[in-house]
Parts: sequence; structure tokens; C-alpha cells
Amino acid sequence: MRVTFTANGRRVEADDVWEGESLLFVLRERLGLPGSKNACEQGECGSCTVYLDGEPVCSCLVAAGQVQGREVRTVEGLADPETGLDVVQQAFVDAGAVQCGFCTPGLVVQSHDLLRRNPRPSDNDIREALSGNLCRCTGYEMIMDAVRLAAARAGASGEVSR
Amino acid sequence: MEFLRPATWDEALAAKAEHPSALPIAGGTDVMVELNFDRRRPSALLDLNRVGELTKWESGRFEGQEGEVIRLGAAVPYARITRELSAQLPGLALAADTVGSPQIRNRGSVGGNLGAASPAGDAHPALLAAGRDVLVEAQSVRGTRLIPIDAFYVGVKRHSLEADELIRAVRIPVADGPQQFSKIGTRNAMVIAVCAFAVALHPKNGTVGTGIGSAAPTPRRAAEAEEFIAGELAERGLWQSGALIGPAATRRFGELVAAAASPIDDVRGTAAYRRHALAVMARRTLTWTWDAYTHSLRSAA
Amino acid sequence: MSPIRTEKNLQSITTAHPDGVGGSPLRPDGILKVRGEFAYSSDLWHEDMLWGMALRSPHAHARILSIDTTGALTLPGVHAVMTHEDVPGAKFYGLEIHDQPALAFGKVRFQGEPVAIVAADHPETARRALDRIKVEYEVLPTLTTEEQCLHPETYGYVHEPHEYKADASGNVVHEQKVVSGLGVTDEVRATADVVVTGDYEVGMQDQAFLGPESGLAVPAEDGGIDLFVATQWLHVDREQIAPVLGLPEYKVRLTLAGVGGAFGGREDLSMQIHACLLAQRTGRPVKIVYSREESFFGHVHRHPARLSYEHGATRDGRLVYCEARIVLDGGAYASSSPAVVGNAASLGIGPYEVPNVNMLALALYSNNPSCGAMRGFGAVQACFAYETQMDKLAAALDMDPVELRRLNAVSQGSVMPTGQEIDAPAPVAELLRRVKARPLPPALDLTDLDLRDLPGALSNTSHGEGIVRGVGYAVGIKNVGFSEGFDDYSTARVRLEVIGGEPVAMVHTAMAEVGQGGVTVQGQIVRTELGVERVTIHPADTEVGSAGSTSASRQTYMTGGAVKLAAEAVRNELLALGRRRYGWTWNDLSLVGGKVVSASAGPLVPIADLLGDSAIDVTREHHHRPTVAFDKETGQGSGHVQYCFCAHRAVVDVDVELGLVKVVELAAVQDVGRAINPLSVVGQIQGGATQGLGLAVMEEIVVKDGKVLNPSFTDYLIPTILDTPPQPVEVLELADEHAPYGLRGVGEAPTLSSTPAVVAAIRQATGLALNRVPVRPEHLTGTGG
Repeated sequence: MRVTFTANGRRVEADDVWEGESLLFVLRERLGLPGSKNACEQGECGSCTVYLDGEPVCSCLVAAGQVQGREVRTVEGLADPETGLDVVQQAFVDAGAVQCGFCTPGLVVQSHDLLRRNPRPSDNDIREALSGNLCRCTGYEMIMDAVRLAAARAGASGEVSR
Repeated sequence: MEFLRPATWDEALAAKAEHPSALPIAGGTDVMVELNFDRRRPSALLDLNRVGELTKWESGRFEGQEGEVIRLGAAVPYARITRELSAQLPGLALAADTVGSPQIRNRGSVGGNLGAASPAGDAHPALLAAGRDVLVEAQSVRGTRLIPIDAFYVGVKRHSLEADELIRAVRIPVADGPQQFSKIGTRNAMVIAVCAFAVALHPKNGTVGTGIGSAAPTPRRAAEAEEFIAGELAERGLWQSGALIGPAATRRFGELVAAAASPIDDVRGTAAYRRHALAVMARRTLTWTWDAYTHSLRSAA
Repeated sequence: MSPIRTEKNLQSITTAHPDGVGGSPLRPDGILKVRGEFAYSSDLWHEDMLWGMALRSPHAHARILSIDTTGALTLPGVHAVMTHEDVPGAKFYGLEIHDQPALAFGKVRFQGEPVAIVAADHPETARRALDRIKVEYEVLPTLTTEEQCLHPETYGYVHEPHEYKADASGNVVHEQKVVSGLGVTDEVRATADVVVTGDYEVGMQDQAFLGPESGLAVPAEDGGIDLFVATQWLHVDREQIAPVLGLPEYKVRLTLAGVGGAFGGREDLSMQIHACLLAQRTGRPVKIVYSREESFFGHVHRHPARLSYEHGATRDGRLVYCEARIVLDGGAYASSSPAVVGNAASLGIGPYEVPNVNMLALALYSNNPSCGAMRGFGAVQACFAYETQMDKLAAALDMDPVELRRLNAVSQGSVMPTGQEIDAPAPVAELLRRVKARPLPPALDLTDLDLRDLPGALSNTSHGEGIVRGVGYAVGIKNVGFSEGFDDYSTARVRLEVIGGEPVAMVHTAMAEVGQGGVTVQGQIVRTELGVERVTIHPADTEVGSAGSTSASRQTYMTGGAVKLAAEAVRNELLALGRRRYGWTWNDLSLVGGKVVSASAGPLVPIADLLGDSAIDVTREHHHRPTVAFDKETGQGSGHVQYCFCAHRAVVDVDVELGLVKVVELAAVQDVGRAINPLSVVGQIQGGATQGLGLAVMEEIVVKDGKVLNPSFTDYLIPTILDTPPQPVEVLELADEHAPYGLRGVGEAPTLSSTPAVVAAIRQATGLALNRVPVRPEHLTGTGG
């Protein structure tokens, strides 16, 4: 089947999609957007997190056909290519929150959503919001640091992640 | 495999009538796991995402149910239940907040839990506890059928829907007393229930509702425990006095809840642990709801 | 144009930064990773590529009677179906013992063993093709218990004696004894005032790296294969792959694609041979990506272990003797079991001076999943047992458990049970003192209840009922680098040239960057040695010499050391050029801030001017000091390169009624010799400790009769951010003069001590013995399990 939707503000189209394919597969294998990751494909790790119509979801659990006509925003679409990195992305680099980095795209999207909704999260708010994103490398401490840093920087600059 | 994309509820019912073996998919949080892991290859997927009314809820009065009722669209995501309905459906809202991860809660819904009918579905205990007059609204081109929640679950991952029926909504009476939900997992987030328990006080009719998850072939209520505690509350005049239930009755309630389960040993936990944990959760949640009830009595006085 | 679509990380990455050794510059790959542009092995894509997939055995032990591939071959979209009959070269491969068939023939020996492979135009086509392959099995009884494996005369063999590749007999892959002092005799026992014994069990842990096994094999015009893959050791992959393909090694070229974590789980081959075979057969690029379920069957795990310990001590707490037996289940194929046994035996007494030792460690062949390398490598299981013993002994002596450990702790100059003297700092007592001296986290505040602070968290299991706090301590000892006489050298090429008027150093090694930050460290080292800011990290590949494995906490030591040697050689050549050109006679020259600088005369000339259009390109190998094999009967021998130590204190809240645990804080103190990159050091310690926390309370592959019951992230649970507490880390830097910059390997030691520390804390809260990890709610509530 053919699936047409908006990915990172651009209209995209995928042909010959098998009906059982996930949004994640279509993004990665058909649209050249492999930033969303394929760690578990059962909704247990959060590494495939994307925005679907503005809500973060596991793209591995969305059937490709379900996004027909809808809006998807992936980690590749968080930062304006002109302006470099989103405040969350920069904080992840600066705080040492990236090791192997396989969990990073999902965590970046989920943290981005958290700060949109709650610009000054408590530590427990951060933990709750990120509890669906597994990381096997860092022990999460520097991920906590990254989100605190992003919140502080966004607060200081008055900038709200879009 | 076909991919059916009805734009309206009527189209969805027509599609289901035409393709009775089509697998409905809304949030996809169960269905896609089965597809990704090659466990299931249905003849067709019936996508319900375009049917707007499934993600709406309304409150009102409905025939066959007393008082105010929430008619919860089958595909209202758990995150919205927690955000929007924690006053009207506190037990279900608590259960919704324990489902999977935040991302899962943005997609998963009570309709999906009912459609999968897994004994581990988090919504089931809360629905059972909310009352025997919780009704699953099943629709088909033939019409609407209201299935009482107690008649809905018929076996392991089996429900009482007909092949041409879809779940339109669940009608749940607005809470008339405190409700609680408690769930065991072996880590502190993102777990499938080892076992779960829900309790709801219904001061209006003097009953107590319960629901047990993941500890029997189907979700089930602890009927004897409900009768026992309702009897205690009535005989001792506790509904009126708001006095403590006391450790003996609370413990007995826990024992009866544990006895109502028929758990198995599996990779998530032993049967013995499940019974034990159910008893503990039953005692604790009953205490919490009763504390809240007596508090409300005092503040009303 | 390169055939790889997302190629940014398969190209060189250049970054500029002033920080050298001791600083914490940002990762060169960090920006790519946060933007989702870093190409992991599963992200690769090639026009015209096919999808490879393996058919795996549903049985743990069975004879293969026949394989019929006809149905699969006739399915449209299927381009190749291969079985063992189609393997052109060697039928077996393996890390240490070549006992594992590339595709099973004769028998399958574990559930999930690959039997056939297909290449198809879509993953779904491949899956349907696998359905159509008919394999007739005769199911055989399984050998899954120690009792069965140790009695082949009754229960038979995993590998028949005639096909036996190991150096021991029966179903024993390898065994190692260590006897020191007088051994453990009745006379020795009689000198102890107090004796404690215990039987312990450690469940099978999975590395659970997030990036699934994957890669892309591209057939080359010369008849060879270019393989882009996530691995820990490119060269040893190639050594195993080439013979199976029937190709000389130079025709199999490997390039490291992005690696989504490893932790030992990529030390063995997974999809490499299969992708290459299918690419060879079809003449088209073949991509293989495991699903999470397949991943659980596709790599080795940490050895589950049964351990028996007996410690004797004097009344004042001095250890007199230790007798121990460690039985590791190696599963169907050897993998790195022999080396794991060597570690278990030689490190299994712990960081303690014990005058009399009798240790036996062995690994068994069985029909359980194969086990091999995982972070901590043979030292993890023993640490849980000996640290539990220390707590038991302290209780028996009515001593403080930390003081008992400090009293018996090794220090520089101590002699290990193997006879090896510890000839570098070993501040075990100091680590313990410091971790104990740290302030404790505040008590749980039930007046301002936040469910997220409690065991069970939002599952709403307690509002304060049943919660008891506990505190526990542990310390461990791990080796760094490969041991027992193995020369695991590393190679580095460093090139210095002027680009755009600025000196740029390029580093080219075959080191697998698996997340640890080795590429950051390489840049820091050349910046320090060459005084440049701009550094280019060349992709890791087999065009340069071996870097050895990214394991055994060894890459900063070994490849860092190789980069240092190569950079020093580049510097020497550059300075020689300057001496020739300018007639310098100073002996105090160095490279700083892009210039040649004399300590006495100040800046002399910019590097860019001196170098001009020429380039200096040097390759160097770094070998650590030699080690020797352990004596088979006594275990004597200086078998290890370096030791490292970490101490942990865990604070837990336990819901003692429900058996649920919340770790409140996990504090660590570790000596790292020299923190080349302090931020990465702390990240390694926190990450390593978290894997130990997982083993303590949740992580286990449950196997019954050889069948894995939980091959998914739904039922194999790893810690979430709500399970992982604040982890304060204190780092000591006591230089090891034998190592580059005095550094000490970091990554593994914290994985050892966190498990026993967490369990000790749970014990303190519950008063239970808890001799098995992971500790389950059942164990805490007396409800089986």
C-alpha cells in the first residue's frame, strides 16, 4: 500500500508498504530517517520515540497505515538545520549523557516533550517522564544532569522548546 | 494482509461485518507487538484511528445504570484518563497511570485492554471494582449490545464479543466513594502486572467492589471478599460511624481476596507470591479507601 | 561514492578542542548521536540490498534428520537459502575453541542454534521463507544441570568425545585450580577460630545492549567481502569469518559501524558469517538485523554459577583460609569460557590477603544457552559469594563488616593466591573507608509522600507501610587486559599534516568504539602529545593492525597506549626535522599550542611552518608487560596485567511485606590510576554499577530444560531511570607506573561490587540470608521462586 504523511514538516510518501510494517520501519528503511532506533520493537525501551500529531509515541507500535495524512516529528526534525542543536540535544552532549547513544534519540524526544509541558521538572518528574526509555550505558545519572541542564538553560534564555 | 481504514464508525462496523477476521487496531500497543514478533498474521488490520468519537468521553445518565455515568470511548488514551477523569473514575485513573510507559499511555486505551482480554490488562481490575453495572458497549451492523463487565471475560485472552462486533465505549458509573488500584511488578516502572488489585467503596448502595488482575485465567472479582466486607460495614454500622474497620476484618478481607485468585507459577512470579501479594494489597488498599471515606465523612460533618 | 547511505560516522570525524589528557572534552561523535545522524550497524542501507534471516532450532538438543529448503526457495522474493552443506570453507568457528558450527549439522545443542539462513527482498518475505523450511528433528534428552554434565557416563555428552575440542575431558570446557599456602587441610582448618560456609547462586545475566546485532555485507569485485558491522574486535571477527567463507583474510575487510553498546555480548560472532555467506551466494549486499527476541538467542550471556565457599578466621578477624568451588554453566559452545574460568579462579578469593587457599573453578558444556563474555568476566559471580561470606563472617565475629574487610584488604606488595605480587597501588582499605565515611541519604519522609520515592513507585503498592531501610557495603577486584600469557597488543597509526594552515592529527586504529568514549580519549592523547587542537578520528577498520578487543577494561590502557607511542614517534620525527632544519640543540622541546616550544627558550616555530607540505605518518604497536599462564594444578603464575578495585555502599528501602526494593543511593569509590577523561570515568562507574544493580534485583534469563522463558524486554527486565538512584562517585588517582599515564582500566570493577552491596543492604533490611541473585520478591516474602 501507499502511505503519505508529513515527516519533520515535509510531505513524504512510501510505496509498496507491507500492511504489517510499523511506522518505525517506514521511517528507517523507506524514508532515510534512521534516527529513531529499533532496540526492542515491543514498546519497552522508548528508543523509537517520535512525536505523532504532537504526542510522543513508540513508533514501533504504530502501524504504518495509521499515519496516513498525519504529522510525524522525529529526532532528525527537532533542531532547525540552520541553528544547530535543540537545547535538549546540546545538553545531552554537554552533560556526558551520551555513551553508545542508541537510547539517545528516544530520550531526546521524550525529554523535549517533558520540558514543553513542564519547564521546571523536579527530579522525580524527570524520572517519571523518562521511565519508558531504557539506557544500558550510563546508569541515568548524566541523563538526569542533561535534562536539568536543558531546563536551566531554557529557563535562563526564556527559550521554550518548540 | 489487508489494511482497512474506515473514516467513520459506521464504515468501521461495515468493514468488521465484511471482514469478521480483521484485527482492530487503535493504539497498537498490543497488536503491533504481535505483528513485530511474528506471532500473528491476521487477514486484515482494521485501523480505528480515524474514528474520532472513539477518543471522546461524555458523562450523563444511561438506562440500566444508576446515577452519573462516564461513557468512555474505546480509544481514549490512558494518559487522558489519568489527566481528565481522575475525579470521576479514580480507580481507573490510577490503573491507567501504571500502564507501560508514558509513550504507551499516549496510545493505549481501555478498548484495547478489553479487546486483548489479557488477564494482565491493567484496566480490568478497576473496571470490575467500579461495579457490576459497568457495561461494555459492543456494536455491530446488527445493533448495540451492552455486556456487563462480569460477563465480558470468558477465558484466557478471550472475551464475549461476536466476530462482527467492535467495542464502541465502556459505560462506567462515576465513583460514589474512594477507589484504589495497586499493582505488583519487579521493577519500579514499566512492568506487566505480576498481579494487581482494585477496590472501590460504594457507600450509596453499601457495597464494595473488587477486581483481581494477573492471578487467574481471566480478570475476576473477589465476590466472597466483597460480601464479607460489605457485611462487616453494614452490621457494624461503619458506613455511618466511620469507625476503623480493624485489623481482623481487614486481614480476613485480604485472605478472601487471595482465596478468590487462582494464580499459576510463571516467569513473572510464583502462584504463592501472587496470593500473598494480593492479600497485602487488598489490606492496604481497603485501608486507604476507608481512611479516605472516614475523612470525607468527618469533613462533611 | 560510498555505497552506505548514512555514512557520516563511517567517515572520519574531525573536531577541535584544547583539552588533552585529564580534561573532559565532548565526544567527537556526540553531536551526530543527539541528532540521530550517527549510523549504527542497523541503520545501514544499500541500493539493491537483501535481508538475511536465520532459522533457529526450537529444541535445546536434537539430532537433525533432514532439512528440506524447497518450499522456501520457490517463494517469490527469496534469493538464497543456505544450510551447512552450502558453507564453502571451515564448518566451525569460535573465539578460543573452534567448536561452533556456522550452520548446524548433525545436531543442535541449544535452543536458538542457527540451522539455515535465507536472503529475501523484505524481512516479511524472509520470515515466510523460514516457515517453509522443513527440518526434521529427533529430540534428544538435554544436559542442563551440573549433576548431568559431570556424569557423561550416565547422561552423555554435549559434544561427543571424538569431536571434542576442549582440553579437559567429559563435559568440562576448562577447569583451573589455585592452591596457595598450605592449601586447606584439617590442620589449617584447626587454626581458625571461626568458620563460615555458604552455597551461592548467580542467575544468567544478559548484556542487553540496546543496539541489536546487525550489519551489512557487501560483495566486492575482487571476490571478497566488505562487512560493516557492530563488534568489539574487528580482527578476531575476521580471523573467524574468513576461513568459513573459504577466503584469505585480506579479502575480508571489516569496518566498524556504529555500535549500540556491547558489554561483552559482541565479543563472539553473531550475524557476521551469515550475512557474508548470503552476500557471497547472491552477489548482492545483505543486511541482517536481529529482533530483540533473536538477540537473546544470538549472543552469549553471563555464566550462571553455583559457588560454595568456606572461610576460616581468627577471633580477631584475620582470614586464615578459604576453600571455594565455582561451577560455571558455559552452555553449548565454549566461547570464552576458558578465560572466564581463569578469572573466576584467580580473582575468586577477592581483594583479601588469605594465607591458605584451595580454589577450583570450572565451566561446563550443557544444552543451555552459550555463555561467555560480559562486563566483569568471571569476577562478578565470585564477588557476590565472597562478599556475602565477609558479611557472614563479620556477623559471626560481631565485627563491623567494613572493618573486617579493611583488616584483611590487599595493598601494594600483597601477594595474590596465584603468587602474583600486586606491584601497583591497591588502596582497598582506603576505598572502603571513604565510601563508609560518606554522609547517608536522608530518611524517607512519609509526611510528604511522593509515591515515586517508594518501592513500587507509581504502581501504588505502599503509602509507607512495610518499608524498612538497609545499608550494605562491598568491594571487588578485577583484572585489566587479557591474562594468562596472552599478548593482546594494540596498533595505532597517527598522521600529522597541515590542513588549511593548521596542524591536524589523524588517528587510525581498529579499536571498537562501543560507547565507552575511546575515540574521545584518543583525541585527548594526541592533543597532549602533539600540541594540536584539531584531531581527526579515522573509521575503525581492518586496514590497520589489530587493536585487540574492547573488553577487559583494556582499551584506554592498550589502544590509548598505542596512540601515545605513535604520537610520541610523530613528535620525535617532527623535532628531528626541526633540528635538521634549524640546528636546534635544546633538549627541552615539546609541542604546545600548535608550536614547538623550548622550556628554556620559549616558542620556536609553529608546527604548521615546520611541517609545511609534508606529513608524518607513523604506526606503532603497544604491548603490555608479558604475563604467564597459570599452572594447571596450583594456579601459580603472574597471570594478570593489572588489577583494579571499586567499593560500593548501597542504601535501599525494602517493602518487606511485598518484597519490593527501591535502591535509594549507590555510592562508589574507585581508584582509576589516572582519570584520562574524568567525565567518562564517572559515566563508566555509574553505568557499570547499574548493571550490577540489575543483577542484584531483577535481571535473569530464566531457562528451563534448556528453553529460555523470557527472551524479551517485557520479561527480561533491566533497570529503568526509576530503579536507578543517585550515584555519587569519588575517584582516586594513584598512578600505576607500569601503565600509560599511570592509568587503570575502569569499566568493569564497579559491576562487581554493586551487586553484593545492594544485596547486603536488602539483607540488613530484611534479616534474610539471600544466597541467590537476582533477589526476587518471592525470596523476600518466603513464597518460593
